[in-house]
Amino acid sequence: MDFGPSDEPVALKILIAGGFGVGKTTLVGAISEIRPLRTEEVLSDRGIGIDDVEGVEGKTTTTVAMDFGRITIREGLVVYLFGTPGQERFWFMWDELSYGALGAVVLADTRRLTDCFPSIDYFEQRGTPFIVAVNCFDGAEQYEAEDVRIALDLDPDVPVLLCDVRRRASAKNVLVTLVEHSLKVLTASQR
Amino acid sequence: MTQWMDEEAGPVVRPYALIGGRTRSSGDELDLIAMVTATGAVTSSGFVPGPEQERILSLVTTATSVADVASELDLPLGVVRVLLGDLQDHQLISIGRASASERILKEVINGLRAL
Repeated sequence: MDFGPSDEPVALKILIAGGFGVGKTTLVGAISEIRPLRTEEVLSDRGIGIDDVEGVEGKTTTTVAMDFGRITIREGLVVYLFGTPGQERFWFMWDELSYGALGAVVLADTRRLTDCFPSIDYFEQRGTPFIVAVNCFDGAEQYEAEDVRIALDLDPDVPVLLCDVRRRASAKNVLVTLVEHSLKVLTASQR
Repeated sequence: MTQWMDEEAGPVVRPYALIGGRTRSSGDELDLIAMVTATGAVTSSGFVPGPEQERILSLVTTATSVADVASELDLPLGVVRVLLGDLQDHQLISIGRASASERILKEVINGLRAL
């Protein structure tokens, strides 16, 4: 196939956010090829009392291991999935991750709905298009998507859907919903 | 060597030794998904790419993202950015960052559905 010279390679970035243990890694693994990434980050004062630097007081960076997912749509068009770090002290990485992101999936667990408030606040403030995907855990009481929208006080145009991130078809549906939403936001901004 | 060392032993050379202890370069601002492509230019001005930079150059004969380069080389992102910065300064690589158009997003939606 001839893509012509105007078809330079395109990479897109999607963020997977949400509280600790909500299924971010499971979602990425269900739909994409997982690759490891090491980053060395500057130790912020947030790490004081958590990172043991006794004896190495001059140490100002720490290694943060993270995974990312890669979905090849076709040669020259790749979608990357980055999970946002769950711990609060890695907030500084969010700005780097969300730079130029196409959009974000905020995963929610109805048993701990407040866990996703920081993610929602962050993306609302930054103007990053996002959707809320409610991961339906076994044994958790089932709610309607609309109940979750009200509980989270979301704008009416933010898509909310129920999902089971262990299932590939469901994970796929989550990503399609996000990209459709991002497309809507993009075309609205160009109008 | 392999019979004495495994990943648990840690790297034989500390990552920042590869870049002469520097933590700053023109590669600082490289986005995770910026696409790196070798230009095929001949090195000039006496710059000799190090072994890791040679590995990068052979990896990016087709466009590869910064995240994939770091993952493939199993080096921290900060180190990879410095290595890439040097290569960029000497015009050995070009960095592309195409933005998403409506056409591309539609293609992604169809591609995801077809997975």
